[in-house]
Amino acid sequence: MKRSSWTDYQKEIADNDYYYARSCIRQNFFPGSEKVFLSILGKDLGRNIYDDPLHTSCTGIGYHSDVVPLETIMTVVARQFALMNEAGYENFTSSCITSFGIYTELLATWEEFPEMLDKTRENLYKATGREFKIPKNLAHTSDVIFHHREEIAQKAKRKLVNAYTGEPLRVVEHIGCHYAKIFPKKGVGGSEFPYVLAGMVESWGGEIVDYPERRHCCGFGFRNYLVQANRGYSIANSHKKLESMAPQKPDFIVCNCPGCSMFLDKWQYTIAEMEGTTYGQNGQGIPVLTYEEMAGLILGYDPWADLGMQMHQVDVEPLLDKLGIEYDPAAKYLGRNGKYIGKPEAALINGCSEDRLYKINR
Amino acid sequence: MEDVRMKEGLSACMNCGVCTAVCPAAAFYNYDPRQIVSIVQTRDDEAIEELLKSEEIWYCGECMSCRPRCPRGNTPGYVIQALRTLSQKLGYFVESEKGRQQLALKRTVGDNILRTGYCLVPTAIKPELHPEQGTVWRWIFDHDQEIYPQYSEAYNKSGSGALRRTSDETLEELRRIFDITGGTEMFDSIERFSDQKAKQMGYEGADEEYFLDVYTRNSNEHY
Ligand code: SF4
Ligand code: SF4
Repeated sequence: MKRSSWTDYQKEIADNDYYYARSCIRQNFFPGSEKVFLSILGKDLGRNIYDDPLHTSCTGIGYHSDVVPLETIMTVVARQFALMNEAGYENFTSSCITSFGIYTELLATWEEFPEMLDKTRENLYKATGREFKIPKNLAHTSDVIFHHREEIAQKAKRKLVNAYTGEPLRVVEHIGCHYAKIFPKKGVGGSEFPYVLAGMVESWGGEIVDYPERRHCCGFGFRNYLVQANRGYSIANSHKKLESMAPQKPDFIVCNCPGCSMFLDKWQYTIAEMEGTTYGQNGQGIPVLTYEEMAGLILGYDPWADLGMQMHQVDVEPLLDKLGIEYDPAAKYLGRNGKYIGKPEAALINGCSEDRLYKINR
Repeated sequence: MEDVRMKEGLSACMNCGVCTAVCPAAAFYNYDPRQIVSIVQTRDDEAIEELLKSEEIWYCGECMSCRPRCPRGNTPGYVIQALRTLSQKLGYFVESEKGRQQLALKRTVGDNILRTGYCLVPTAIKPELHPEQGTVWRWIFDHDQEIYPQYSEAYNKSGSGALRRTSDETLEELRRIFDITGGTEMFDSIERFSDQKAKQMGYEGADEEYFLDVYTRNSNEHY
């Protein structure tokens, strides 16, 4: 297959007027990414996006842990669509890959088995008195950023370029299985050559670096992470990916799915604590970014106050330095009224020898 | 089996093993999705019943990596979902160590959904149950009231924003959806079968001790 074959899978992405559905995982681990996404759309791009307080989890993690039945999740999803209709919108954008996969799967199931669509309508009406229409456009929030990537490039304060050397930053991406493996035609670039993140990186001056396990799962595996006894599965699969990308010496990892972003960040901590291995330069980890963080940094958002990147386990400062971003190191651990709230205990992955010394001297 | 995922997921498997080759669960466990699809395809009731009581059907991570690669357009991951649903309906899940973990999933993710409207919330990710979350998560957990409101004015309150409090009316709608569509029934059946099994295993019932047992036990015989 040719390198350009992503163009065989071009999906339509609405240009404006989005109904925004938050993600359980993203709002937990990357609330700054959700905040900045809304700001990029609204303030930087002048688009209209609605942040509805009434929607809930799609229940997708429960569905893929098999405790939530198919008919139940169908009806919960139908309720989200009804809320979108009631708010006067028809373009649905979801901040989560698990949800996005579910929306694509259910829309396809309803098309193929119309009796299930009828049943869902009936269930929703009985349970809530609501009715719904199928969205005109369904996009993951990364699709929306991808769609506006050139406009973002024009407004950017900096590029994904190493400020010391002038070379493009080396970026590895991880797409998240449910983005395009369920319905390849619903993802930019399909499942073999997903282009949604690579397109952003290229438009913003970085260089995408290939690695052998690029399409491998991050290892979430739902019940395989959620139940403590099974976590070996999860860390083993992340380990496989990290081992495979490390020789490429990436400057950072960018992820599509909030779960993958969290796992590739946290498992680097665990692997370092368990066996002393670190994958980044200078004995530290490889910073893992969400695409909102990547977009936010080039647009000039503050890494702490806006993007909340202090919530990562792997320190992002080496990357901020490479990008030539000026930031206040002391502002990293401030609470909401600007007061210092103490900092996390140092860990091997952070390579914080000073902290370790501090602890020893104390 | 009437599950649409069975219709969608399986037709004329030719046993090529491509699904097994790309499967992250097969890389980790003694697990072979090709074989599961092959057993289901035989429609041999006895063999299928055995499968429903087995460890194997609980290894899959539902990543769906098998779906785009199968030359016959099958999705072993969907077949697994259908088998798991049936295993829980019939109470067979408690016959395997990995199957018994469904109680832990119901009590964490399942109960979170009906209690908060979300699959997870920061206060439920307790560092002692999640040592792998690291030192930064512990810091966030200890200072959630200082950290989250910087990114969401509605943290734990009404309004729009990350981790806003889900209103009672919305939670009530969710509950009614679960009641009408079999979600509540599924939760109840997981609890009921687990309670019976717990007693058989010498616990007083599916109490906290049994929960911790299924959440942490690993016989290490899965690889
Ligand atoms: S890839 Fe498809 S045809 Fe091949 S063994 Fe798996 S399910 Fe059967
Ligand atoms: S969905 Fe399950 S069977 Fe298919 S590749 Fe993923 S883990 Fe393997």
